Amino acid sequence: MSCRVTVRIQSEPFDTADEITAISGGDNDVGAVVTFSGLCRDEAGTLHALEIEHYPGMAEAEIGRIADAAAKRWPVTALTVVHRHGKIGIGEQIVLVVAASRHRQAAFSAAEFLMDFLKSRAPFWKKEHRCDGTEGGWVDAKEADDAALSRWDRGKQG
Amino acid sequence: MKLVYFAWVRERIGIAEEDVSPPAGVATVRDLLEWLKTRGEEYAEALKYPDAIRVAINQEHVRHDERIAGAREIGLFPPMTGG
Repeated sequence: MSCRVTVRIQSEPFDTADEITAISGGDNDVGAVVTFSGLCRDEAGTLHALEIEHYPGMAEAEIGRIADAAAKRWPVTALTVVHRHGKIGIGEQIVLVVAASRHRQAAFSAAEFLMDFLKSRAPFWKKEHRCDGTEGGWVDAKEADDAALSRWDRGKQG
Repeated sequence: MKLVYFAWVRERIGIAEEDVSPPAGVATVRDLLEWLKTRGEEYAEALKYPDAIRVAINQEHVRHDERIAGAREIGLFPPMTGG
């Protein structure tokens, strides 16, 4: 089954409601839409903003490859991923995944799979800007994020 | 071939991209990292722990044993922290 994949990397904020309308509007076979939003948190009041760097070209391509893999695995109708770059303030949205399918399980699974792979495989890097004006340095990758990928190896039941 | 650097790899080397012509014998990604380390203190510092460096050839992830022949663009960067 064919799946509409939309990937956008942008500095501007996005509107989740608009993306839900875009993914389900006009397609009467969509029965479920799952969204995931990743927000910039303040790390107990110490963080002022995040600066997100990306690899232009590869970021879009790699997310597209991850989305294609999700579409092969679950019967999803459409997948949308929007990821921001540049300076992002506390409480602002960083990333949005929208998955649409006939039944909810495919959309839930595809959205979770996309986020797990995006975190460890999509070429983005976060740098912290602290409230005291100092640069907090680059955020370290978490082993838990790598470990999250291995659970998708076990069978295809997702 | 064109090399592109990101995040702290870019900051430590001090430039975002450059064109290089590695000598014969530099066959794999691992060889390339070792050769780059000989090009100056910044490179040696940035690539001190080669296992921590992630590499993409023509914008696709590769392992360090991948051959670099025919590569147009090689990206060097730290583990990713998107999402």
